[in-house]
Amino acid sequence: MSLLRQSRNILSNLKAKSLAKRLMHFKFEPDNPSTNLGPTENMNYLKALTNAMDISLENDPTAIIFGEDVAFGGVFRCTVGLREKYGSDRVFNTPLCEQGIVGFGIGAAVAGSTAIAEIQFADYILPAFDQIVNEAAKYRYRSGGLFECGKLTIRTPCGAVGHGALYHSQTPEAYFAHSTGLKVVIPRSPIQAKGLLLACIRDDNPCIFLEPKILYRAAEEEVPVGDYTLPLSQAEVLREGSDVTLIGYGTQIHVLKEVAELAAKDGISCEVIDLVTILPWDADTVCTSVSKTGRCVITHESPVTGGFAGEVAATIQKECFLNLEAPVERVCGYDTPFPHVLEPFFMPDKWRCLQAVKNVVNY
Amino acid sequence: MRHFIKFGKPYLHTRSLLRGNSGLQTCTHVAKSTGVQDVSKSDGNSFIGMPHNYVTKLEFLEPKMENTIPVYQVLDSDGKIIDETQDPKLSDEIVLKMYKDMKMLNIMDGIMYSAQRQGRISFYMTNYGEEAAHIGSAAALEMKDLVFAQYREAGVLMWRGFRLDQFMDQCYANINDPASGKQMPVHYGSKDLNFVTISSPLATQMPQAAGAAYALKRTNPGTCVICYFGEGAASEGDAHAAFNFAATLDAPCIFFCRNNGYAISTPAHEQYRGDGIASRGSGYGMLTIRVDGNDTLAVYNATRKARQIALEESRPVLIEAMTYRVGDHSTSDDSSTYRTAGELEYWTKTNNPVTRFERYITNERNCWSAEEDEKLSKDCSKQVIEAFTAAEKRLKPSPSLVFTDVYDELPVNLKKQQKQMREHVGAHSQHYPLKRHEPL
Ligand SMILES: Cc1ncc(C[n+]2csc(CCOP(=O)(O)OP(=O)(O)O)c2C)c(N)n1
Ligand SMILES: [Mg+2]
Repeated sequence: MSLLRQSRNILSNLKAKSLAKRLMHFKFEPDNPSTNLGPTENMNYLKALTNAMDISLENDPTAIIFGEDVAFGGVFRCTVGLREKYGSDRVFNTPLCEQGIVGFGIGAAVAGSTAIAEIQFADYILPAFDQIVNEAAKYRYRSGGLFECGKLTIRTPCGAVGHGALYHSQTPEAYFAHSTGLKVVIPRSPIQAKGLLLACIRDDNPCIFLEPKILYRAAEEEVPVGDYTLPLSQAEVLREGSDVTLIGYGTQIHVLKEVAELAAKDGISCEVIDLVTILPWDADTVCTSVSKTGRCVITHESPVTGGFAGEVAATIQKECFLNLEAPVERVCGYDTPFPHVLEPFFMPDKWRCLQAVKNVVNY
Repeated sequence: MRHFIKFGKPYLHTRSLLRGNSGLQTCTHVAKSTGVQDVSKSDGNSFIGMPHNYVTKLEFLEPKMENTIPVYQVLDSDGKIIDETQDPKLSDEIVLKMYKDMKMLNIMDGIMYSAQRQGRISFYMTNYGEEAAHIGSAAALEMKDLVFAQYREAGVLMWRGFRLDQFMDQCYANINDPASGKQMPVHYGSKDLNFVTISSPLATQMPQAAGAAYALKRTNPGTCVICYFGEGAASEGDAHAAFNFAATLDAPCIFFCRNNGYAISTPAHEQYRGDGIASRGSGYGMLTIRVDGNDTLAVYNATRKARQIALEESRPVLIEAMTYRVGDHSTSDDSSTYRTAGELEYWTKTNNPVTRFERYITNERNCWSAEEDEKLSKDCSKQVIEAFTAAEKRLKPSPSLVFTDVYDELPVNLKKQQKQMREHVGAHSQHYPLKRHEPL
């Protein structure tokens, strides 16, 4: 392709007044793995996921992994090496059709296989909405447990990356939060990604596993190499504090941890809670914390209206009403689609979250 | 028969023997009568109005894979017209515009691809290898025809007159982008050029194209719709809906499949087991043709005839253009991990649509020369660089525009959020990339 070479030369003569490389809007701080989970290895979020799938394929001969471009390792490289190791009947490409991928996965699960489906981007899970909401979520209920598809796990990359715009940035947790019968999980780190993916795969309910794709390479830490699961529907208190409870999940956890640091400099003590599971969610941990602090800020990237923060806020106002010192604040995406070059102004970044912390403290 | 424009007939319908009355004389297409018979006349040989033949031998139909749907060609690899009756007799002016647009498309792709590699734009998709499919089809349509495209059809826009600065402004997401930098690069759109803005979710444009064709038939007779899609996108449920709606509702829609061999890393043979996309046409009761997508004149003839049929007979037509995605899927892809250099070499050197057309205009038409070609390359580069430099210098849109075009006008909640955003960004301006943008 001499044309390409030629244009590269032309361009290198032009002074590179390129886009100021957008800084990531958060810092990833590694967690320490629990000491009783055995030896560890440095893994990024991607490797941790691959490792979890490797363990599943190894231990469960019925397990299959499929989706668009999965065979060569996936567009994000999550399934690299698995086809070579376990065979093309266990790790394979499907035709390009999300409703097909999920419907096929439900069928495989109904027939007793462990089905791990990949939807290439969470933005493209919507053609499968009917299969997920009307089928997967209601299979057990409508048959009185005669048939169910609990062996289905749907993995999908989600969330903002800085330049994904309308269709490579969304997190559809709120749509699925409205569909009881599903479990919806969003891990914040490699350790969580592995333990929670294994938990979802083994859980007897269909799970939607949302992977904030900006963390795939940005998040790296020591991950236990053995087989372990982490509990679903259990929130995690990451930092204890007395003035304000900060609640989030996925990438926003890393934003909130930094907000807590910044607030501490102003003498505000923040408790940070990672919800981890969106459905069914752990209201007890949240309400215990808010009853203690009396103030709370909830955040997610998805648009504020109809977002999951609304559900959390409603529960808090009922359970913690007499302990509240200020109205519950939500810091979320605005009620617009994800904009491309305007994304920095749309995001519920640390500056917006910090402002909300100050608002509830000064109420 | 290989060199005749032959639209495969659906088997099911009984058709009258009226000949199509215009277009290329060798066309073997027979105009349709309504296939459905009077239901009230149902007898033992029909089922709710559709003819039925009974047989007493137990026999399953095998897909006909040894005798696949043929590929219509006009030009051989040297750029010679194989069968003179198939010469569309285009003027020098038209064939030169076709060629120049292909060349410009190539050069724009080269520069934008490199721009992405240098971090000047966030993303890009090249059109290498599919130039003939874009330009051949675009040239066969009327400007009033409405285009629903997928994303890899920049040549169609170029043919219609989308200017370099418009391409660049969209990719740079600057103030001149009509969508105010809301979409990723290559998501072009133009109201003036009747080109509906690209959307990333695959195949969604397909049933929309059927609906648009249906509506235009009623309100703007003589206007048709063309819908471009990849062989990968054709696996989506929306593709089925589109074909079936257009066929049953008699919508004048040309479904133009760019079968370029891959959907990202997935080769076409993992996308379907039948005879490509063309074999589906008959199942939906659609006229269908498979063309050599790297043969500009074959694509032109097929699209021209398809347009005529779609409009005269009010029905959809399916074209499957066999081509090859020479570039990586996008700047996020590295295709060397799933295909061989040898395969690529065949499609860049031996079966290159631009080279074939260049041979046609240079050797057969004698209206082009190597010197002119060299000069054209230089001119194109110069023009692209100029447009590119200007687009790079332009400011990005005002942050306030995050909220526009969600609705026709800003509802109260968005006005409130817009105000909050302005106040917040204003108060913390040091943390936001305001310098690159128009004021808040
Ligand atoms: C609904 C949906 N699913 C998945 C994707 C991700 N994706 C973008 S392009 C692409 C491949 C499309 O292949 P094809 O239709 O053959 O077009 P080509 O890229 O070859 O021109 C995929 C899977 C998407 N954009 N939309
Ligand atoms: Mg393709």
